[in-house]
Amino acid sequence: MRNGLTFYRHLKKRKLKGNILSLIFLGSTMVGTLVLIVLIVDVLRDGVGWLDWQFLTSFPSRKPEEAGLLSALFGTLWVMTLTALFSFPIGIGTAIYLEEYAPDNRLKRFIQTNINNLAGVPSIVYGLLGLSLFVQALAMGRSVLAGALTLTLMSLPVIIIAAQEAIRSVPEAHRLGAFALGASRWQVVRNIVLPSALPGILTGTILAMSRAIGEAAPMIAISALVYLTFIPSNPLDRFTVLPIQIFNWVSRPQEDFQHLAAAGIIVLLVVLLSMNAAAIFLRNRYQKRTEE
Amino acid sequence: MFSKLTRKWFILPLAIMAVASVLFAGCTSSQPTTSSPSPMTGLSLSGTIEIDGSSTVYPITEAVAEEFRKLHPQIRINVGISGTGGGFKRFVVGETQISDASRPIKDSEKEQAAKNKIEWIEMPVAYDGLSVMVNPQNTWVTSMTVAELKKIWEPNSTIKRWNQIRSEWPDQPINLYGPGTDSGTFDYFTETINGKEDASRPDYTASEDDNVLVQGIAGDRNALGYFGYAYYVENKDKLKLVAIDSGSGPVLPSEQTINDGTYKPLSRLIFIYANKAALTRPEVKEFVRFYMTEGPKLVSEVGYVQLPARFYTENLAKIQ
Repeated sequence: MRNGLTFYRHLKKRKLKGNILSLIFLGSTMVGTLVLIVLIVDVLRDGVGWLDWQFLTSFPSRKPEEAGLLSALFGTLWVMTLTALFSFPIGIGTAIYLEEYAPDNRLKRFIQTNINNLAGVPSIVYGLLGLSLFVQALAMGRSVLAGALTLTLMSLPVIIIAAQEAIRSVPEAHRLGAFALGASRWQVVRNIVLPSALPGILTGTILAMSRAIGEAAPMIAISALVYLTFIPSNPLDRFTVLPIQIFNWVSRPQEDFQHLAAAGIIVLLVVLLSMNAAAIFLRNRYQKRTEE
Repeated sequence: MFSKLTRKWFILPLAIMAVASVLFAGCTSSQPTTSSPSPMTGLSLSGTIEIDGSSTVYPITEAVAEEFRKLHPQIRINVGISGTGGGFKRFVVGETQISDASRPIKDSEKEQAAKNKIEWIEMPVAYDGLSVMVNPQNTWVTSMTVAELKKIWEPNSTIKRWNQIRSEWPDQPINLYGPGTDSGTFDYFTETINGKEDASRPDYTASEDDNVLVQGIAGDRNALGYFGYAYYVENKDKLKLVAIDSGSGPVLPSEQTINDGTYKPLSRLIFIYANKAALTRPEVKEFVRFYMTEGPKLVSEVGYVQLPARFYTENLAKIQ
């Protein structure tokens, strides 16, 4: 009888502890969410009144009511498209090689350590690297191409590491089963590993692209431009990107430019979210298919 | 299946861009980047002018470029904000035709230019006044001497309370606000007030963004800070100006006192530098000429102070 009572008392205590901890975890989840909500509400309140067709189709101007971000918006679209085109295949290729082909030796560990370290390098360092390598040494000029390649270098470590994790999580039994049926290494990679790793790879790509689209520092090193009155028509054209334009507006003394900056942030968020939505759409579709 | 999927993944953004390009095609006409000076003068000028440099001068150059584009839509003008030093780095190797500068060119930069056989012309375009600011609820400060400012801001300053500056001021803490060390404003203030560039006490609230300083001073009764005059003009109701006494009585900064030079020593000239060889190109020469004739009207619109007219006529004479 006494023992039973102690048991229930202890059980109650443990359950209470569990409840308290779940509240703490809920609290930490809310911190991030609340900050995001506050940010979005604040930006919307500041900028939504300034967001109109004229804003999207005008070039920079000293007059806030005539200013727009056409050149920056298209610069960002150009740079992000090229960055995705370059970094996605190279990143997956590297991950496949390291996980499926490379023998486990010193060279592999050396490469792996370097990739992990590169993921932590500040973005301005990539900007300066891009400036001396692409702009000057390879004579690409301060072009869309040089900017995209710089962001590619910056995104690659994140994509590679995420893709490696995804490939590693494919059960070894699946591979062995395919090998047992006589499949070649490439057939296994193509038909077994990649389809189930793809959702994880896309998640990593989303993270890397989201970071790249908001970078101002390396893009100022490469392009430096704010005032630009044309849309890049080929990869060797000059360009500017949304974060540079927003950065310039924020630092102007006239209050109306602060509203323009907020409207610019909304546009940047919309571009970012639609990019992510496209990736998530593909991911979900693929997840369903592999489950079938 | 995978290859089908990747194809879609690649095509989607391209498709979005293609559609958008078509949508926007009506709004703009894209021009070739290569410079092709037209033999004809007047409206048919074309080519590309590359400008980079100080973000302080940028609003003026942007305004001039914007007006210029209405007359010469075929000329592409690209303006960057690498900073005065960053702009000169590109200017002295001939990468840019015009450089925006919030200080005169340094000797080291002159040597670089000479090494690359780049000849240049210096043209002052406006005054940039620095203003010293307190909170509007601050009833005791109306003016300060240069020596008092130095006592507050010098590297080993011991000033912590208002009554340490003048005994009749209240026994309240003094909270300092100023630009960060990367700012040209910081370089200029420290050189003029403390006598040595970059020499400043470190214990103040620093921000590269002057709007943050405005907010700080506006919300703190014991604040004292300094930043560009243009930021005061936009926030007159939130701030109180301090008149500066450099020996001949306190003077408040205003368009007039900055222009006639009585507001001393916190007003400086800001410049553009033009590459002499590039001035032989008609579009560059026309742009600089436009800058000196139409620019002065735009200077005050973007928050700076016009120079006396003779500066602009002298500049015009230099490019002939």
